[in-house]
Amino acid sequence: MAMLTRTERKRSEPARTAPTRTGVRRALSSPLSTVAVLLVTVVWTVPSLGLLVTSLRPEQDVAQTGWWDFFAHPHLTLANYHDVLFNGGFGVSDGLMPYLVNSLAITVPATIFPIVLASMAAYVLAWIPFKGSDTIFFVFFALQVVPLQMALVPLLQLFSGGAHIGSLTIFPAVGMGGSYAPVWIAHTMFAMPLAVFLLHNFIAQLPRDLIEAARVDGASHFRVFRSVVLPLATPALASFAIFQFLWVWNDLLVGLTFTGGAPESAPMPSRLAQLSGSFGDHWEILTAGAFVSVVIPLVVFFSLQRYFVRGLLAGSVKG
Amino acid sequence: MADANNGRIEIEGVTKRFLTPGGEVFTAIKDVSFTVEPGQFCAVVGPTGCGKSTTLGMVSGLDRPSEGTVKVGGKVVDGITDGVSFMFQADALLPWKTVLANVALGPIFKGASKAEAQARARDWLRRVGLTGFEDRYPHQLSGGMRKRVAMAAALINEPKILMMDEPFGALDVQTKAIMSNELLGLWEQSRPAVLFITHDLDEAVALADKVVVMTSSPGTVKAVYDIDLPRPRGSVQEIRFEPRFLELQHQIWDTLREEVERAYARTAGGPVTEGKAA
Ligand SMILES: Nc1ncnc2c1ncn2[C@@H]1O[C@H](COP(=O)(O)OP(=O)(O)OP(=O)(O)O)[C@@H](O)[C@H]1O
Ligand SMILES: [Mg+2]
Repeated sequence: MAMLTRTERKRSEPARTAPTRTGVRRALSSPLSTVAVLLVTVVWTVPSLGLLVTSLRPEQDVAQTGWWDFFAHPHLTLANYHDVLFNGGFGVSDGLMPYLVNSLAITVPATIFPIVLASMAAYVLAWIPFKGSDTIFFVFFALQVVPLQMALVPLLQLFSGGAHIGSLTIFPAVGMGGSYAPVWIAHTMFAMPLAVFLLHNFIAQLPRDLIEAARVDGASHFRVFRSVVLPLATPALASFAIFQFLWVWNDLLVGLTFTGGAPESAPMPSRLAQLSGSFGDHWEILTAGAFVSVVIPLVVFFSLQRYFVRGLLAGSVKG
Repeated sequence: MADANNGRIEIEGVTKRFLTPGGEVFTAIKDVSFTVEPGQFCAVVGPTGCGKSTTLGMVSGLDRPSEGTVKVGGKVVDGITDGVSFMFQADALLPWKTVLANVALGPIFKGASKAEAQARARDWLRRVGLTGFEDRYPHQLSGGMRKRVAMAAALINEPKILMMDEPFGALDVQTKAIMSNELLGLWEQSRPAVLFITHDLDEAVALADKVVVMTSSPGTVKAVYDIDLPRPRGSVQEIRFEPRFLELQHQIWDTLREEVERAYARTAGGPVTEGKAA
């Protein structure tokens, strides 16, 4: 929740400083609406603060009083985090730590794969003219409307059985459970339509002169892609990376379906869901677990945000 | 540059049609033919939208003719033409690379080692008078300095053909004159064939050996003029006052004016204004 309000505030800033102020923009930049935005932000942030405070309070305190009581009796501990991460002692199995590792091992490749593939596809579709490129782009665009739930069962069958024509294997069975590969592949597939669409729109807008000058200088398409297009497209790549990272990190459905919840490969949300089932009244444990899963996307967001400032192109083409 | 035929550009009966987004066929240029000899400086003038940039794109191999052929050095262009450099109105410099790295990019794309490319880039920056600016970024330079960097970047690969699409179009009059003089100086040293697009007839006459006038769209070659002003021509500011220059300039302008007015009437739909379009 705190994440959401933060991105929203970022987005509204350019509107406030934009030179052309239409009626709506002017209304949004009045002092009254500034106060309103602040108010909404506070209301949105308070539960997050409650989450953090609860996760730091000792078990008995949480059981007896609300988190605001912390202001009267400030008494904090990191014991809950230790419990939830490392202690196997609460009946189900180990702590969250292995799942945290799984989540990272799933999310990082599942963010990088679609970016690499989609940016290449976007360059080809935008800058290499060939028959049918419009059709291919349209198909990518249209695939965005297919809900991923529809593809779950066929994909499961594909992963467990592979695909064959007669005796010829065109897709080997990757096997389920204990392996990250099915989740990577599934997330990459589901991300591609939007990724290609977004990156194509950005890459097609890059200055033609820069690309053609490099081509005439003798650079191959791959060279142009690597040394001209990729650096120019960094803002778009960073935006999509954040988007995809958050989506995969918070995803429960795909992760649970393609790992079967096995401790060797299941991501954190599936474990958190189990915890809230078995520890529904242990708020100190649940809030600590929840907070761990909030912190990592926050770190990613703030470390990538400087890349999507669109300053990189400034001065590249003038006159 | 061993072969004397190396840099000859032969454009023979070239027609280029585009498919508009509406699905109609639009003929940008029609049956264009002219030849640029090796080492010749050829300027192309014509009203806006007549297909000058399109013609250039086909010589470089970035685009293909719908009909006709383009030959460079006797070989039909198919894919990116070898030994060609481009210079655009907007200087195609990468904003995140230093001046030196930008100029070194050409040899690196051609497969030179980094050290060799940088040594050559340093030498070319010296030739365009930018020693001491190697570590700056493009946005830290003035417009004229950026043009010099672009010129060094275009010439460093020692092209046999240099294509320039309104390279000085965005510069003020004085800087433009200075840059024109420097271009002539550098061109005299290595003598590539030059295809130079401009809207400035004075510039075309002052620089070129040959001026091709194109008609308004669909573009065709209306006339070709040989400019017999002796070389070296000296400063482009001075040559404007020579009687032979004025004679040629008037002659070409008479041909060009009609086309410019027609193109203007078509795009603006308004009254035709008298006077010189530059
Ligand atoms: N990819 C394209 N698709 C459709 N039409 C095009 C395309 N490229 C150019 N044209 C059209 O072809 C004509 C010639 O364009 P071109 O850019 O060659 O003109 P130009 O002579 O260079 O004009 P200017 O002097 O303004 O630069 C124009 O009418 C333009 O609209
Ligand atoms: Mg043009």
